[in-house]
Amino acid sequence: ENTDPQRIAFLLCKQWTLYSVTPLYRFSNAHLKNYSRLLTAFVAAERQKGWAVEVGVELDIKVAISSLPDLKGSDQDHAAILVQLFSRSPASQKNSEEKLIWSGWFCCVCGDEFFENMPEDFTCLPLFLTNGAESYTAIVGSWFQKTFDCCFHRLAISPLNLSWMAAMWTECKVDKTASAVELIFSVPGLLQPLDILYAIHPEDAKALWDTVQKTPGEITQEEVDIFMDCLYSHFHRHFKIRLSAAKLVKVSTAIASAHCDGIIKFLQSQYLIGVLKLLTELAISQIQ
Amino acid sequence: MPRKQSSKTPKQLLQGHQTDLSAWRKGGRVDPEKSVQNHQTPYSQKNDRQQDSLEQAFCYFEKVQDCVSLKKNSVLQKHLATVESIALQTGLPPEGFDVLLKVALSGKFADTVNTCLLKSLIPASVIPESSIVSSVSWLCIGKCSSNIQLLFFKWLITVFDFIDHKEQIHALYGFFFSFLQDEKMCPYVCHLLYLLTRKENVRPFRIRRLLDLQAKMGMQSHLQALLSLYKLFCPELVTITLPGKMKTYFKNCEGPWKAAINAIRRRSQSNSPLSQPLFLGTAQPQSRKRKWNTQLFIPASSTNRNDLEQNRGKNLVDLYSASKSFPVEQLQTFPQLLQNIHCLEFPSQMGSVITNPLLLHYMNCIKDESVYLRLNYWMGQTLQEECPWCVADNQYEDEFKDFLETVYKTECFLQEGFSSCEEFLYKSLPLWDGTCCRSQILRLVSWIPLSSSSEMKSHLYDPLAQLFFTSSLYFKCSVLESLKELLQNWLNWHVIHLDSVCDSQVCSSNTTLSGLVNMVAELIEFVGWISTVALRLENNTTFLLYFILDFYETVCDTYLRHSLPLLIMPPAGVFYPALLSMDSVSLNQLCYIMYRYRTNLVAAKENEQSKKKILQFKFSSQTYQEYNQYLIAMVGCLWTSTAFQKDIHPQGLRMDEELLKKTAVQEFRSSFNIVYHPAMMGYAVLFLQQAWPDDTTFNFSLIKGKKWNWYLEYLYAQGLKGLKLFIESSINRVSQASHSKAGNTQV
Repeated sequence: ENTDPQRIAFLLCKQWTLYSVTPLYRFSNAHLKNYSRLLTAFVAAERQKGWAVEVGVELDIKVAISSLPDLKGSDQDHAAILVQLFSRSPASQKNSEEKLIWSGWFCCVCGDEFFENMPEDFTCLPLFLTNGAESYTAIVGSWFQKTFDCCFHRLAISPLNLSWMAAMWTECKVDKTASAVELIFSVPGLLQPLDILYAIHPEDAKALWDTVQKTPGEITQEEVDIFMDCLYSHFHRHFKIRLSAAKLVKVSTAIASAHCDGIIKFLQSQYLIGVLKLLTELAISQIQ
Repeated sequence: MPRKQSSKTPKQLLQGHQTDLSAWRKGGRVDPEKSVQNHQTPYSQKNDRQQDSLEQAFCYFEKVQDCVSLKKNSVLQKHLATVESIALQTGLPPEGFDVLLKVALSGKFADTVNTCLLKSLIPASVIPESSIVSSVSWLCIGKCSSNIQLLFFKWLITVFDFIDHKEQIHALYGFFFSFLQDEKMCPYVCHLLYLLTRKENVRPFRIRRLLDLQAKMGMQSHLQALLSLYKLFCPELVTITLPGKMKTYFKNCEGPWKAAINAIRRRSQSNSPLSQPLFLGTAQPQSRKRKWNTQLFIPASSTNRNDLEQNRGKNLVDLYSASKSFPVEQLQTFPQLLQNIHCLEFPSQMGSVITNPLLLHYMNCIKDESVYLRLNYWMGQTLQEECPWCVADNQYEDEFKDFLETVYKTECFLQEGFSSCEEFLYKSLPLWDGTCCRSQILRLVSWIPLSSSSEMKSHLYDPLAQLFFTSSLYFKCSVLESLKELLQNWLNWHVIHLDSVCDSQVCSSNTTLSGLVNMVAELIEFVGWISTVALRLENNTTFLLYFILDFYETVCDTYLRHSLPLLIMPPAGVFYPALLSMDSVSLNQLCYIMYRYRTNLVAAKENEQSKKKILQFKFSSQTYQEYNQYLIAMVGCLWTSTAFQKDIHPQGLRMDEELLKKTAVQEFRSSFNIVYHPAMMGYAVLFLQQAWPDDTTFNFSLIKGKKWNWYLEYLYAQGLKGLKLFIESSINRVSQASHSKAGNTQV
């Protein structure tokens, strides 16, 4: 994981909404510039329906599509693709200030098994993450759907996968004094929504996990279940509430935080690839 | 110049044209006899007079030199009236247009006359291209008023499809384009350009011109329409998203002509060219506001592959070399498909093909793995996301129903199941309640592809069986129906691929014959099992039995009709309820099925014996044994009245003599023969009534000997064809006179 922290720093500490994407048909890295031009005009035309826009001229909006070669897990992975939308103030045309209003990126980390037998024309970038107004996601997404015949769908994270994340991220070492491991549960069947926040000191959580895990570096479903059960019984001892009957909706640790609606925030650049690997797996299972 | 020639012998030529014209009206074929006849009628004499005066009018308008005012000139008035009335009645012949257009656009007359002339330009058949070309040159000279110019454009748009050729008119594209600057004419010029535009006409300078107009005039529907056509041809140069609500993009310019053309068309009952429909890429009307990423039905739009990839700066050479691909938006008719099949490309989103029969035809012709892969990815995602019982808070069941229906129709059209549908069924059947979209889901089951068999039991048979046993009779019948369709589809697939395997050993490598036989056998055994249970649950209902036997009508013929080395007999739980059914339809069906089993087994045995080499697949002796057991039971029942003694099937009818006596049924032995069988007794009664009208005792024992044969003939005449085939093939009648010595013929 020799990723240059500088070049991916902008991905950290932002909320990303997750989507799964089916393989892109006839997408080519060689044409990114051209895609940018076309998408710029498309966004402009979509914003003002019925108004024709010439491709390639300066507009008050600009799309930049670029490659993020650092973001991959193996050599077979396609380099991640970053899409950014900038708005330009029409007042000062010369040194027009470009303001980032939306960004999204496609990536694939260790999706090897998925590539097997995939015809050449298809590019596998099954995970799409966006930050910004959903209206822009819709425009950019429709353009990709129309241009590369792919399908986007929201990628929700099941409580089971959230508990996996809780266990995996507890295991990771963080240098500085880390923030607490927080689990948020929502209680079903109530008129008023009720959320329970369960915060655990990271070292306590780590200590508990170390007693559960049999082989370091390897996690089994059984271990995850035991880990969660321990946390539940501890909570029950103090508050007489059985969390196993509630729904786990959010997990946040020093590594990252994830919400069941499919929203993620990366906090540590060194673990970015690891988290993306898991998310890629989830995205692949949704599109297969 | 055709006009010059015609002036030498104007009348003859005109008549010649008239002949052609009447032929054209009748569908384009020249029929000399008919046209001769036409000329002999009084009507045609009147026609001739009209033609003469029209001829004179044309001569007049051709030769007229100076400006003439209408009011003072009775000659002009007369000729004008002639042209007008004939135009309205029959339309004008092709050679009239050149003269009249020239006069109308040269400014010789006052505008009232010009208007009148233009309004009379109603084609009887076609309009020669040359007349349009020369009128454009008149237009450019600018001698006529702007009102006349405007009227000319309106006329040109209306009669566009009547122009015989358009190559030279296309060459004038730039001239027409220059008229755009006139604000009043702009909408009509846009419309005309819309009709004329080809890919090579779309140039950057023209786009810039149109965008300037847009900046000047704001959003105008006619500009939007033309620009969106430009976008269709050159998406790398311009883009536009049309608002969804728009309905008309061009002003109605049909003027006085459309009604007259229609009237003439009605009178002559001919098919004149239809005006081409607009194919603007507007948003499809949707029943509700959908999310951007969940569109069930996608309109076909071209892929702009070449445009995306030619990005070496702004390569002008690329722009001028007209791309040969035919935009799918313009594909409207089957002839178009045939003409452009070499330069057609699949739409940018494969999902759009399922609602486009022409593209499905095209798909049938193109063997490309990526085509199916794209379609399957889209379909898989859509099915998964939209399935009402898999996704929470999805209340759009009707829309999903339509979608499933369309998918099913597509599968029928392509005669091929989609792997995405198969996976969807495997994922969703365990969660299905058996009611939501029932018929659509069951139909999709019938198109599950014949591939790997490992998943079928846990993914299809188990969840289906659970629903089957706990649902209504009608559900059971629908399941049996769709499993029959499934079996038939598999067998058809096998027959088709049998031929292709003969050609090359390469194809269908992943499904070996033995794998296929196993899969088919598994399906048949599954149906046998659920049928047995269902018959017990539903008290052997005839309705259910019909669907079960229908399934076995396919099963009993797999060897001969589908060349599959497999024959599976129905289980006893199906055979005996059918044999002892209260209904003659079921019994007749069973007889037919047993006859087909026999034919297949005999053919298989003959094949085995004739081919000395060891065959890979042989029917096991158990199949023959089972058949023979059933045959003994059947002949014992229906014919020899020995079923209770001779039936050797473990689940059969064999019963102790003592036990049978205890039932106190008289003549128990014969109680299932073709006279006493509960399914046949009705026929026996009717037969007795006909044979012995006076006898009211219903003495069934009278039916024997010669009468037995008559009775058989009677039964055959009642439509019991299955029984006939069975008796004629399987019962060895030693003597025609006595039935008692007959025996069954085993295979």
